[in-house]
Amino acid sequence: MVAMKSWWKVLSILLLVYTVIGGFLLEVPRLAIINESIRGLYFHVPMWFTMILLFVLSVLFAVRYLSRHDLVYDRISASFAQAGLVFGILGILTGMVWANYTWGTPWHGDPKQNGSAITALIYLAYFVLRGSLDNQEQRARLSSVYTIFAFAAMIPLIFVIPRMSSSMHPGSGGNPGFNMYDLDSSMRKVFYPAVTGWILLGIWISSILIRIRNAEEKIVDLEYEKNS
Amino acid sequence: MKKILNILVFFLSARLGFSQEVEMADNMRAEGKIYVVIAILLLILTGLFFYLFMLDRKATRLEKKVDEMLKK
Repeated sequence: MVAMKSWWKVLSILLLVYTVIGGFLLEVPRLAIINESIRGLYFHVPMWFTMILLFVLSVLFAVRYLSRHDLVYDRISASFAQAGLVFGILGILTGMVWANYTWGTPWHGDPKQNGSAITALIYLAYFVLRGSLDNQEQRARLSSVYTIFAFAAMIPLIFVIPRMSSSMHPGSGGNPGFNMYDLDSSMRKVFYPAVTGWILLGIWISSILIRIRNAEEKIVDLEYEKNS
Repeated sequence: MKKILNILVFFLSARLGFSQEVEMADNMRAEGKIYVVIAILLLILTGLFFYLFMLDRKATRLEKKVDEMLKK
């Protein structure tokens, strides 16, 4: 029964184990400057895909809270945003390691780097906002509205501006996707399973956060009843 | 026909020459040390997954406890 319910967790494990094994053993294009570090694609880029998906889920549940006014949706929205931010920070850090090797400095001022840093700060402010409000309804309403703003700000910062200016990232300067990697079918064999595996892991972590928040909420309610 | 073949051979050799020039971790692979890297990462992943399953179980226990408290 447990296996039936958590099959996607097992899938996440299998895909990520495959990512590590296939990611280091299978063929990659032999390119100058980037050399073997091209394998970072299997780990760095899925961080962003996962972050974006978790932020999309966060915004969907925020909208749902605003229309239904059930606090459970606010807790779900906050949990997705929290897990998404963790993946975003990991994306920035892994990008800095990679940039130091291929671009010569950890912070190149690349539009995508700056955009993702601003996005991370916007989402950090979301938790500052949540922490500063005691009233649950008020906190849920304000942070739901804020997360819609945060998500709307992320789209131009990560998807639009880097494509309009010159960026060191592959696929920037007008053309979407990852051009040279995208053509390589041997890398796709690892990249797509890697993205799926990391996304499932992100959802897994979010689900734990949601469950803990829900249980916490019930305990708070119980204590409130006891005292009144 | 010969011209086309010549062009083909040129491109093939150019490609091969290019691919040999770029330095990759071929030596590390030949020595089998790449498996050390994989082993380390798999160990970290195993630890992470084990921890996540433990947290899952902890959440389940917490949920049960809260539900029991609610019944009382």
